[in-house]
Amino acid sequence: MADAQGVLVVGEVADGNLTGLTTELLGAGRRLVEKAGGKVGCLLVGAAVSGVANDAIAYGADVVYVAEDGAFEPYAAEAWLPAAQEAAAKASPAAVLLGQTSIGRDLAPRLAFRLGVGVSMDTVAIEYDSKLHFTRAAYGGNARAQLAPKSLPAVATVKGKSQDPLEPDSGRGGTVEHIAARPAADQARVKVLGQEKAKVEGVRLEDADVVVTGGRGLGGPEGFQALEELAAVLGGAVGASRAACDLGWYPPSAQVGLTGVTVSPTLYVAVAVSGASQHMAGMSGSKNIVAINKDPEANMVKAARFAVVADFKQVLPSLIEELRKLRA
Amino acid sequence: MDMIVCIKQIPDPETPASAFKVDEAAKKVIPAQGTQPVVSPFDLQAAEAALRVKEQLGSGTIHVLSVGPAGAAQAIKQVLAMGADDGFLISGPGLDDPDAYATAQVIAAAAKKIGNVDAIFMGRQAADWDEGVVPMGVAELLGWPQVTVAKAVTAADGRLRVERVLQDGFETVEVITPAVVTISNELGDPRYPKLQQIMMAGRKPLAQWTAADLGLDAGQLQSRMELERLYVPVVESQVEVIEGESPAEMAANLARRLREARII
Ligand SMILES: Cc1cc2nc3c(=O)[nH]c(=O)nc-3n(C[C@H](O)[C@H](O)[C@H](O)COP(=O)(O)OP(=O)(O)OC[C@H]3O[C@@H](n4cnc5c(N)ncnc54)[C@H](O)[C@@H]3O)c2cc1C
Ligand SMILES: Cc1cc2nc3c(=O)[nH]c(=O)nc-3n(C[C@H](O)[C@H](O)[C@H](O)COP(=O)(O)OP(=O)(O)OC[C@H]3O[C@@H](n4cnc5c(N)ncnc54)[C@H](O)[C@@H]3O)c2cc1C
Repeated sequence: MADAQGVLVVGEVADGNLTGLTTELLGAGRRLVEKAGGKVGCLLVGAAVSGVANDAIAYGADVVYVAEDGAFEPYAAEAWLPAAQEAAAKASPAAVLLGQTSIGRDLAPRLAFRLGVGVSMDTVAIEYDSKLHFTRAAYGGNARAQLAPKSLPAVATVKGKSQDPLEPDSGRGGTVEHIAARPAADQARVKVLGQEKAKVEGVRLEDADVVVTGGRGLGGPEGFQALEELAAVLGGAVGASRAACDLGWYPPSAQVGLTGVTVSPTLYVAVAVSGASQHMAGMSGSKNIVAINKDPEANMVKAARFAVVADFKQVLPSLIEELRKLRA
Repeated sequence: MDMIVCIKQIPDPETPASAFKVDEAAKKVIPAQGTQPVVSPFDLQAAEAALRVKEQLGSGTIHVLSVGPAGAAQAIKQVLAMGADDGFLISGPGLDDPDAYATAQVIAAAAKKIGNVDAIFMGRQAADWDEGVVPMGVAELLGWPQVTVAKAVTAADGRLRVERVLQDGFETVEVITPAVVTISNELGDPRYPKLQQIMMAGRKPLAQWTAADLGLDAGQLQSRMELERLYVPVVESQVEVIEGESPAEMAANLARRLREARII
């Protein structure tokens, strides 16, 4: 694609709305085309997605490609690929952006191989001078790698909260095009037998303005009760380190980090979490980190704005009480 | 069922940030002193998943495959000791620093050469570059379906039943073989080989192939991305350690500082 130009965003819709990450991708796309030229396209795939086409335009899309069919859900790579390929052929973009989500992680590499191009996963920065540059973490977050595609389009998944969305503008103009590709449901080689969604009570972890996270140092699942109380006082959500999830103390959907959720709240309280690079990869964008850890040398203590070096069991009851007083 | 487990030998991912160094000019990681390379942890879990399927069926063959330097034979032997049947080490010209594209080409070609493979088990991502790209590449090159980020795999009527971990829950899928499956840590701990198994592993067959043996030429091993920079991001500590006579007093001071800083 010699004349590849512009950006194609593969959007996601949840509960009838564009996901936050999709709006971030559209923002990133807009900023790229301002420098590099071309249009921002947004592919929406699913059973009922045309209803949010206008939202995609308001958040920065010029063209929305709609692939609407019940057979697209639940997601399966082989069902979505032909739709993504068709949209890429129509848009002929310089970059295809997806979110670093369950879908993006699964779809982006396969799409890249189908298009015969390279892919940058979990990208945190996208730059353009005369060519595209992607920056991503490697070595569990210890290193950063900057990559440039050798051919276009370049495919990239983008880390949540690494890009800012635009203010939605319902006056923006844009067009809607339909994608013809449909999954051949009877030929599906992967069949989804069932899904079990984690129950979310209160705010979702990735959207929460305050996140309270517990680690292996809690010593058992009971420790999370105090964290839930603390989160409730602060109006936040509870997360966990992988060590705590692997031990079965908290569900994997609450895992913060490289292989879990990315959060960037105003306040991140890490309780008995050491701050391994793979954990930091999911929360280092937090605006204010508080570490509660008995080890003054813990990486989380060094990364924090405020640290309490003590046994969490002796800190949390008073902290919850003091915060209740302040909030009253 | 004939299975391949793909493993990558990597620097120990638990290396503390303070010991982690990069040679920026060479764009390479300098291995931390005194640390030994390890099998990427998710790949040991991929081996465990394949072994469980073999045990469930009471039959089958497990091949272990690694693309990497000669030293990766050690990594292969570790998985042979866990119970895999034979090993394949693919190294040599053009394979010093293969990118995901080249690695997938090599694995797909090797799977064809091995032949009769029903499933390829891989890690959800290699714990050094953390890309999570090679498995989908292999699946695409072979024209097979993929099921990623699995926490349990069982065989059922020539198919695989796979429980996947999603960002917001779980999903059970059934996939027609041949297929590529990637395994996540939720599968649980991989088994430790017994001493006797470690000794026996040395006697299991380990073939050494080059890219040329697989019919791959230099053009097919060209990377698709150019690594422009590799560096360690600078993070400066600006921590304010909260003072106090007792943990309770520290807690009160923390609450006060958070309010003063208008964070709450
Ligand atoms: C490829 C890969 C991906 C990974 N992905 C993730 C990921 O997404 N998310 C993630 O979290 N991890 C991830 N990990 C694991 C990561 O490397 C660490 O092993 C993990 O984060 C450690 O969890 P932890 O901090 O809870 O436990 P530990 O490292 O054991 O730390 C426990 C902490 O608790 C403190 N402590 C103990 N007792 C108390 C007490 N009474 N009061 C106060 N403090 C106390 C200790 O001082 C210590 O700092 C990944 C690893 C790999 C290799
Ligand atoms: C431009 C560029 C330059 C690079 N330069 C270097 C470099 O100089 N040195 C370097 O070490 N890396 C380098 N890399 C990283 C290299 O691309 C990756 O190591 C390689 O592509 C595999 O990706 P990954 O390790 O993230 O594997 P993933 O896709 O994350 O691996 C997933 C799974 O695939 C299987 N797998 C992956 N690799 C292998 C393998 N080699 N053998 C068997 N199975 C495997 C395993 O089951 C693994 O769990 C570079 C990457 C780029 C983009």
